[in-house]
Amino acid sequence: MIDIIIDITLLTFLAITSVAILRMSNLFAIVMLFGVFSLLSAGLFVVMDAPDVAFTEAAVGAGISTVLMLATLALVKRQQKPHYTEETPQTHRPWLPLLVVIVTGSALVYGTWDIPAFGDPDAPAQTHVARYYIDNALQETGVPNIVTAILASYRGFDTLGEVAVIFTAAVAVLLLIGGRRPKSPATSKDKESKIKPNLILRVVAKFLIPLIILFALYVQFHGDFGPGGGFQAGVIFSAAFILYSLVFGLDSAEKIIPANWLRILAALGLLIYAGVGIASLLLGENYLDYTPLGSNQIAGQHLGILLVELGVGITVAAAMLILFFAFAGRGRD
Amino acid sequence: MIIDIASWILLLAGGGLGIVGGIGIHRFPDFYSRLHATGITDTLCAMLILLGLGLQAGWSIAAFKLALIFMFLFFTTPTASHALANAAAHSGLKPKLSSNDSDKQAPHD
Repeated sequence: MIDIIIDITLLTFLAITSVAILRMSNLFAIVMLFGVFSLLSAGLFVVMDAPDVAFTEAAVGAGISTVLMLATLALVKRQQKPHYTEETPQTHRPWLPLLVVIVTGSALVYGTWDIPAFGDPDAPAQTHVARYYIDNALQETGVPNIVTAILASYRGFDTLGEVAVIFTAAVAVLLLIGGRRPKSPATSKDKESKIKPNLILRVVAKFLIPLIILFALYVQFHGDFGPGGGFQAGVIFSAAFILYSLVFGLDSAEKIIPANWLRILAALGLLIYAGVGIASLLLGENYLDYTPLGSNQIAGQHLGILLVELGVGITVAAAMLILFFAFAGRGRD
Repeated sequence: MIIDIASWILLLAGGGLGIVGGIGIHRFPDFYSRLHATGITDTLCAMLILLGLGLQAGWSIAAFKLALIFMFLFFTTPTASHALANAAAHSGLKPKLSSNDSDKQAPHD
C-alpha cells in the first residue's frame, strides 16, 4: 500500500518535472531539473527493489551528468533561443501533430494492457534466464550480489561492450574538443592570483575528498556483496577529483592527474577487462569465462569479477575526468 | 516502546520542518531569505529524520551508516548554503530589504 503511494507521488513529481523542463527556456534551470528528474527516477528504482540501478542513476544521472552539462553550459548561452519571433511567425497548425501524438499515445496505452503485472512470476522476462541466474548464481560464482554476478560474469560480453562505449565517448570528445592549446605561463599565473578559492570551501573540500575516494573504493570492492560496482565507483572517484578542480582550480587538478595519465588509464581499464578474457582463452576456456583463473570455479569467478570490475572502474573514472577536463578546459581558454 | 515514541516524535518533527522549509522556499521574497528556508530543511529537518531512523534501527550496521550520513550532511549542507550565498553575493545580487520600494527602511545591520 505504502509502496503504491510512494510510486504515485514519485511518478507525479516526474511528470511535473518533465513538463517544467519542456516549458522553461532558462537552460541553467533545465539542467538542475534534469538532476531532479534523475534523482526521482533513482527513488523509483529503490522502491522497485533495484538498488544497483538506483545507485547508478543517482551517481551518473543526478551527479556527474549535471556537472558535465553545467560545464558545457559555461561554453554556451544560458537562454534558449525563442522558437518563434515576430519576424518569423508560427507557420504550421498544431492540430496534425496533436492528432499524431494522441493516436500514438493511445496505441501505446493499448499495448500496455497485455503487459504482465509488475513482478508477475509468469512474465516472459522471468521465465527464461532469470530463473537460472537466481537459482545458480551463488553456487556458480560465489558472489552474493546477483546483479554483479550477471553483470560481470554471465553477461560479461555486454559489459565489455558498455565499457568500450564509454571509452569511445571519451576518445570522441578528446578528438572533437580535447586538444587544448598550451597557454603561456604568464596568463595562467595571472588567473590563479585573481581567483582566490574561498577558505571554507577549501577546508571542507580537503576534508571531504579523502572520504569520497574512500567511499568510491568501498563501492568498488563491496560490489560483490552489496549494491555497487565499477560503474558507480568510477563515477564517485571522478567526482572527488571534479570537486577538487572546482574548488582549487583546473590547473592544480591537472597537476595531480596529468591529462596523459588519464588517457592511458582510460585505455588501461578496457585493456584489463579484455585481457581477462584473453587470459581465460589462453587457459583453455571460452572468452570471459573466469573459471580457469583460480584453483576452483568459485575462486576463478571471484578473481575474474574483481579484475573486470576494476577495469570498469578505472575506465569510467578516467573517461568522466577526460570529459570534464575537456569541457571545463575549453571554457578557460 | 519509549524509544519508538521518541523516534516517531523525531521523525514527525523532522517531516514538519521539511514542510515548513518547503513553504518558506515558496513564500519568501528573495534569494537570501529562501536560502534561510532551505537551511532549515538541510540541517535540522534532515538531522531529526536521521536521528529518528537511527533510533528505529537500534545498535546495528544500519545505525552506523546513518551516523556516517549524518556526519556527511553536517559538513556538506552548511558549506553548500554558504557557497550558494557567497556565489550570489559575489555576482552582485543584493538582498531585498523591504517588501515594496515605496516605504524603504534602513537595513537592520
